[in-house]
Amino acid sequence: MDTIFNPLVGGLLIGMATVIYLLSLGKVIGISGILSQLLFSKERLLPFLFIAGLIIGGSAYGVLTEQTVAFPETRSPLLLIVSGLLVGYGTRLGSGCTSGHGVCGISRLSPRSLVATLIFMTTAIITVSILN
Amino acid sequence: MFAFITFFCGLLFGLGLAFSEMTNPAVVLGFLDLFGNWNPSLIIVMVSAIAVGMIGYFIKGKRLTPLFANKWQVPSLRQIDRKLVIGSALFGIGWGISGYCPGPGLTALVNNPNEGIYFIIALIIGSGAHHIQTRIVKM
Repeated sequence: MDTIFNPLVGGLLIGMATVIYLLSLGKVIGISGILSQLLFSKERLLPFLFIAGLIIGGSAYGVLTEQTVAFPETRSPLLLIVSGLLVGYGTRLGSGCTSGHGVCGISRLSPRSLVATLIFMTTAIITVSILN
Repeated sequence: MFAFITFFCGLLFGLGLAFSEMTNPAVVLGFLDLFGNWNPSLIIVMVSAIAVGMIGYFIKGKRLTPLFANKWQVPSLRQIDRKLVIGSALFGIGWGISGYCPGPGLTALVNNPNEGIYFIIALIIGSGAHHIQTRIVKM
């Protein structure tokens, strides 16, 4: 039951966050974009508040919900650094990540986001199958 | 009002990541492992989030302005260019290496700090490199 219930509730919450943000503030939720605003723009308060909320909500893991899969054993810093560099550079060059392109972009049927999502899903699936 | 809604949406989004276990890279890697031991649960997350999102864009189409702002700031670019393709391809490779995309990477700072710290510092350096690159190109 949890295998359907938890992802369903999770997806609905993510969807509600994007809809409330859109209809009240007029903006699209893109985590990579909000993070780069926090780092590189002059308007820092709002991105800070969003990311603070995100981290607080995201750490409710295992408190509000039953954890069904164990966290991986801590992996090597090198692997995490290579991954972080690619994610940081790639999401800025491609103007979005899983939230901006994958959720918001597909919701509004943006052709750019549909293409971006197909590409990053494909390269991610290929990468995982090579590394496994 | 702006500040409160922004914080609240971040909180809801984070709770969504937690409930769907996207905060756990093992779950994400299981979802991306299409040709191995595949865990399809994140399809439910994507589909339900997008379904709710579509309702939002439907309502948007019927309104001239947002509730608390005077204009819509939705991206208007439609052209599929090299940057979009290469950037998304690189992002996917990075995502597949660790199972972290930006949101779950940020929550890992609390959930799994031994990993989160390396990932997020590198992510900041990666986005900084792009930021500097675009400034140099502009000059």
